[in-house]
Amino acid sequence: MPSLDDYKGQTPAWCPGCGNFSILKVFKEAMVELGLAPHQFVVVSGIGQAGKFPHYLRCNTFNGLHGRSLPVATGFRLANNKMPVFVVSGDGDCYGEGGNHLIHGIRRNLNIKYFVHDNQIYGLTKGQGSPTTMEGMVTKNLPYGVLSTQLNPLALAIALNCTFVARGFAGDQEQLKYLIKEAASHQGFALVDILQPCVSFNKVNTYEWYKERVYRLDHTYNCEDRAEAFKKSLEWGDRIPTGILFRCRRPLFEEKIPFIQDTSLVSQPFDPSKVSKTLQEFFV
Amino acid sequence: MRHRYSCKDIGFVLYYLHFMDYTIKIGGEAGQGIQTIGETLGVVFARAGYHVFTNQDYESRIRGGHNYFQLRLSDRPIHCARCKADIVVALDREGIYRYEKELTDYGQIIYDSQSLKEKRQDAHFLDVPFVSLAVEHGGNKIMANTVATGAVLGMLGMDIDILLGVLKETFKKKGQEVIESNVNAAMAGYDYAVKNCIKCSFVAAQTTRPKMLISGNDAIGFGAVASGLKFYSAYPMTPSTSIMLYVASKAKEYGIVVEQAEDEIAAINMALGASFAGVRAMTGTSGGGFALMVEGLSLAAMTETPVVIALAQRPGPATGLPTKTAQADLLFALFTAHGEFPRVIMAPGTPEECFFLTNKAFDLAEKYQIPAIILTDQYLADSQWTYDGFDLSRLRYTDYRLRGEAFDKLTEYKRHALTESGVSPLAVPGDGTCVVVTDSDEHDEEGHITEDAELTIQMTHKRLHKKIEAIRAEIDPPKFYGTNDPEIVLVGWGSMYGLLREAVDSLAGKCKIAMLHFTEIYPMADINKFDYIKVLNNAKRAICIEQNVTGQLAQLIALEHGFRFKERINKYDGRPFTLEGLIGEINALIG
Repeated sequence: MPSLDDYKGQTPAWCPGCGNFSILKVFKEAMVELGLAPHQFVVVSGIGQAGKFPHYLRCNTFNGLHGRSLPVATGFRLANNKMPVFVVSGDGDCYGEGGNHLIHGIRRNLNIKYFVHDNQIYGLTKGQGSPTTMEGMVTKNLPYGVLSTQLNPLALAIALNCTFVARGFAGDQEQLKYLIKEAASHQGFALVDILQPCVSFNKVNTYEWYKERVYRLDHTYNCEDRAEAFKKSLEWGDRIPTGILFRCRRPLFEEKIPFIQDTSLVSQPFDPSKVSKTLQEFFV
Repeated sequence: MRHRYSCKDIGFVLYYLHFMDYTIKIGGEAGQGIQTIGETLGVVFARAGYHVFTNQDYESRIRGGHNYFQLRLSDRPIHCARCKADIVVALDREGIYRYEKELTDYGQIIYDSQSLKEKRQDAHFLDVPFVSLAVEHGGNKIMANTVATGAVLGMLGMDIDILLGVLKETFKKKGQEVIESNVNAAMAGYDYAVKNCIKCSFVAAQTTRPKMLISGNDAIGFGAVASGLKFYSAYPMTPSTSIMLYVASKAKEYGIVVEQAEDEIAAINMALGASFAGVRAMTGTSGGGFALMVEGLSLAAMTETPVVIALAQRPGPATGLPTKTAQADLLFALFTAHGEFPRVIMAPGTPEECFFLTNKAFDLAEKYQIPAIILTDQYLADSQWTYDGFDLSRLRYTDYRLRGEAFDKLTEYKRHALTESGVSPLAVPGDGTCVVVTDSDEHDEEGHITEDAELTIQMTHKRLHKKIEAIRAEIDPPKFYGTNDPEIVLVGWGSMYGLLREAVDSLAGKCKIAMLHFTEIYPMADINKFDYIKVLNNAKRAICIEQNVTGQLAQLIALEHGFRFKERINKYDGRPFTLEGLIGEINALIG
């Protein structure tokens, strides 16, 4: 069984008080509890403060380009469908630059778990509006405030019939660990949007702001009712629900490719002996 | 602008006309089945053992317009298209108007005057009632194309048995009735032509051993499959799509995952993800899609993740001429992407080279952990050539990955370890207990982000300088063909190979001429292997011939070797050179 020490990575370069620290902490705990050793899974990330996440952990890592982590994860998962694949991204990375990939990633329904550190601001580039920044919020590059409507990633995911849609809060570590573990055990594509205060650049959506609003969905909520889930996903403002908003089962993309069911692609050696037979096919 | 030579300007007779060398052109609207007739004839000729070259011209539409499929067949090796047609099959009136001026002196146009509502009396026309023969003998007008195919063979005086065999195989699944109808329709067309084509003077050479028939894009796809490809992701884009189609046709048999990505950005990133996971991966596109892949190309370089990219060129800028041909992306492929890193660019000139250079691209990409690009174009992509076979013993396959036990026994592993060769062990994540880490940021040996100045220099040298000379040592020099002490040297790259070669053959009796074909185009081969620059310097005239405006190979040679071409022939109307057109241009230069 792995222990927490096994996951000790580089020293984080995040700002003191950053919401990412608690996500990192519970992610490691979740891996220990799931019994996943560092070499047994991969974390694919993009660019942004969240993109540095796998360096502060010890694990197989592909820290790629801004917005492109999901396609990399897709290729990885198809090549090795026996290895758990996690994607760690931010709101700009996932919902801005990578928006198109998210839509198609949800459609594919590969067994990929997507954790989005959503601080409703661009942190690494110092305070520009992101797709989830609230309409009207003034930033240095937007003197009239954000003019576009705030993106609702959970409503988008439910509309696309994403098989696992959840919202966590960096300030509620107990629930967050539960959500990470549930997502990891889920069969299908999981989107976990994690509200995570940016202490340096978002002076509106602070710990206090979130704490006044977030509430856990309780056992009376049926996360298998898609219409109800969609309705719930629209709730934002005075009250913000956290927990699993929607869960369903759709066939996995990987399950539709017969020849990788028993052995992953990467474990299948190339057999050059077939080539001469293929050449004969050109003798028309 | 200089006068462009077209078919009607060509007054000279090619020296080898006493060989069998016929060109058949099938013209009609998209959707009329010209490709079916063309491909069937190609199969029949290849099976009969002739040398065949086919090429296509089509428009960016599914129905209507005017397209053609052209076949050249000979009893000696041929490498390009000619511009004069011996037989034209006109399925629309446009086919008559366009190609009657391209006929050889003894050429014939076959057409169905009832369908086209146009009657020609001239001796160059043979009216074959495709539709009524199809209805009468095949029972359905949809067999008009089978009638036309049979008629062509009748005109050529060839045996019809091979065609009948092909029809039986093609319609095997549709049952005996359909086979018989098609056989009867083909026979009707054949007999009609034999009886009525009194002006036909074609003589078919003896048939020999059947040949293989393969297109440029199929050869790239086959080359990839034969190199152990396991993952292909792409977004459809003409003229690259048929590579994906070929790979997909082999996916089940070879165990290859083929994924249609949401865009080209995703396509290359998926390929990189699969490659990082430990399998051979490839993507393919044309210029506009490659523009979207550029960021991913740079990612491949920084993370040292092997990837092969097929770039099938068409004219730009932007959407350009989507279904036509060009060689205008050489410098784009070479200089694009941010940062400085090594890459390999292959520019095959024939389907055989498409096959073997795709294999070499995989080998170099995996060995040096770099991106390798295969540059082709619509002309080569869609052309079919015949061969007696490929020498499969030339294929390279070495698994350079650190996998299985070899990785598992390690207690320490650094993905980007600094080594003498610049190449670090490329481990398969999960095969060992050590983790595999890579990053698009500058990184340390373990793969973690760094901003250290000294390490940045070391990593830059590792990726670029240490690898590039080792790669260059593996690059074969340009192909030389012709007389050993040429006064005139024709220079080209990629799909120009066949045209240059036949131009050299045609002009060899007139002057001391040779050619240089840049096949493995970048890194440019070491001149100590073969001093191709000396060949250029020693020639009285060196002419660089390209399908672009600015002379991109000429610029590259100037940049790399300081040799400046004084003479260039450039074609940039989206159409390939024809042999006669090119010879006309060369003659105009050399007098």
